[in-house]
Amino acid sequence: MSVIPEGWEAVIGIETHVELQTRSKMFCGCRVDFGDDPNTAVCPVCLALPGALPVANEAAIDGIVRIGTALDCTINERSLFYRKNYFYPDLPKNYQISQYTYPVCEHGRIVVDVDGEPTVIGITRVHMEEDTGKSLHMGEGGRIQDADHTLLDFNRAGVPLVEIVTEPDIRTPDQARAYGAELQRIVRTLGVSDARLEEGSMRFDANISVRRTGTSELGTRTEIKNVNSLRSMQRAIAFEIERQIEVLATGGTVIQETRHWNETTGRTTAMRSKEESEDYRYFQEPDLLPLFIDEQWRDRVKASMPELPAQLRARLVAAGADERTAGLLADSPLLAGLFDAAVRAGAEAKTVASWLTGEVVAYARRVGTTVDELSLTAEHLVELAAMVAEGELSATAAKQVLAGVLAGEGGPRQVAETMDLLQISDSGAIEAVVADVLGEHPDALEKIRSGDSKPIGFLVGQVMRATGGKADPKMVQEIIRRSAGR
Amino acid sequence: MARRWGSIPPMPVEIDIAKVAALARIALSDEELAAYGAQLGVILEHAERVQALPTDDVEPTSHPLPLVNAFRPDEVRPSLDRDDVLAQAPDAVDGYFRVPQILDGP
Repeated sequence: MSVIPEGWEAVIGIETHVELQTRSKMFCGCRVDFGDDPNTAVCPVCLALPGALPVANEAAIDGIVRIGTALDCTINERSLFYRKNYFYPDLPKNYQISQYTYPVCEHGRIVVDVDGEPTVIGITRVHMEEDTGKSLHMGEGGRIQDADHTLLDFNRAGVPLVEIVTEPDIRTPDQARAYGAELQRIVRTLGVSDARLEEGSMRFDANISVRRTGTSELGTRTEIKNVNSLRSMQRAIAFEIERQIEVLATGGTVIQETRHWNETTGRTTAMRSKEESEDYRYFQEPDLLPLFIDEQWRDRVKASMPELPAQLRARLVAAGADERTAGLLADSPLLAGLFDAAVRAGAEAKTVASWLTGEVVAYARRVGTTVDELSLTAEHLVELAAMVAEGELSATAAKQVLAGVLAGEGGPRQVAETMDLLQISDSGAIEAVVADVLGEHPDALEKIRSGDSKPIGFLVGQVMRATGGKADPKMVQEIIRRSAGR
Repeated sequence: MARRWGSIPPMPVEIDIAKVAALARIALSDEELAAYGAQLGVILEHAERVQALPTDDVEPTSHPLPLVNAFRPDEVRPSLDRDDVLAQAPDAVDGYFRVPQILDGP
C-alpha cells in the first residue's frame, strides 16, 4: 500500500502504552484484574486519600527493565519518578506518577521488515508510569461530546504502565504497522503483558507530519489517538498523511493538534483544542526514592531473556523455512515449537513448515478452534515426514493422514492403515505384481525391449490398478525398465 | 551526554502567578496574587543564591535520604469495601463514581 504521492515524505513517531500484567498495582497492593466489578480493586493509595503513600512494585520495575533490554536500550543505573500534573476526573491524585528526565531506559532500537526491506526504528525512551481510571461517557451515542455525565471506575488507576517512545524514524503507514506488530510480539514473548489492542492493554498514539522530499525541516505535526487495532493505526496514519498533504498542497497550514480516529467514517477529526498549551509542571516525586538498577540486576535480566521474535525467525530460516513461512511460524509459539522439535528430530524442514502453515492452520480455522487447542505433537510430524521420506506415503496421502491425525483419529501410521493409504514399498511384492502384468502383456514388453518406451506408462497404470493405487509409481517404472533390460 | 545526574533545569526568574494559580485550579484575588507573587519571589531569590554556590565537587542528590529502591513485593493486599468508598463521593451510581460531563481529554 503506497499512499504517499511522489515528492512528499511523511515523518512518523509512535508512543505506545503497555499495561504490565503484574499481580498487584504499581504503587499499592490492589489486584490487577480487568474483569472485576467497578471500583472493587481500589484503596487509599490509588484513590489518593489523604496521607496515603506509594511504594513501587519491584516486579513492575523488573518488567520495564526486561522490555528495555529486549529493545536494545541503555538501562540507566539511576532513574527518577516525577509528578505530571493535570486535572482530569480519571486521575484521582490530579497528578500521574511518571518519569521525565532520567527514564529507566533510553536509546534503543527495533528493526522492522517491510517487503523485505529492513528499517531501523530508534527507541528514544521507555519509561515507567501508572495507568489512569476508566471513564464511561454516558449520553447519546456514548460520544464524549454528547455525554451529559461520566461514570468512573478506578480499578485501572495505578496499574503499572510502560510508555515506549520512538524516534521520528517511521516513513510509511506500513512501517508503522510493522513496528506495532513487532513491539506487540516482543512484549508478548517477554510475558510482561498480553498486549491486546482491542482491550487497551496496548495503546498507540501516532505523531505525524509531512514535508517535501529532500527537505530536512520537520513539518507541523498532529497527534492521532483512539486507534485500537494495528489495521486502524495503519489506516489512520494513511488518512492523516493524505489530509496534511492536501492542506499544504492547496496553500493551507497544518495546525498542531490532537486528532481522533473514527473507525466507522475512516477519518480523523480535530478534538477540541486546548486554550492553554500543555504545562504539566513536572517535578520530582518526593514520596518515592530514586531507582538504582545496578549491573547485577541488568545482567540477571539479560541472562533471563527468552528467544525474541527476530531471533526465532532467523533460526527458523536457518533451519530451512523461507522468510514468509518463518514469520507465520514465529507468530505462534506452538507452531514454532512443533517445527523446531520436528526438524531437530530429523524431519524435512520445508515439508513440516508447509504442513504447519498450510494444513494445520487451515484445519484449525475450518473447525473453528485455535492451533493451540489441537492435539498435534512433534512426534506425529516426525513420523509422518519419515513415512513420506521412506516412500510409504505419497505427498497427497500424507496430507490426508495429517487431517486424520488432527481430527484425533490416532497417530500417522494408525491413520494411514485405517484409511488404507500406505504405499507398497516392499519391492519384492511390487516385483511379483509387475511380473504378472508383464506376463499378461508380452507384446508391450517386446516393444520396450526394442527401444520403444511408450508402453511403460500403460504398464505402470496396470500395476497401479492391480495394487489399488498403493504402489509407488516411480518404483514400478524402475522395475518394469529393469525387467525389460532397459 | 553533559546532563548531570540530579541536576535541575534552570529556574525561570519571573513567575506568572496568575497562570500558576490557574494551572493549579486555585482562585486568587488580586490582593492574594500580589502577596503570593512577592512571597514566591523571595523563595526564587533564595534558590538563585543556592544555585550560585560552588557545587562542582558535590555529588548531586535528588532526595534528602541516602536511600534507593524502596520496593514492595508483587503481592495482592485487600482493597477497600466499595460501599464505604462510594459513600465518600458526592455522587455515585451502579458501583461507579459519577461526575459532570467532561468537555475535553488531557
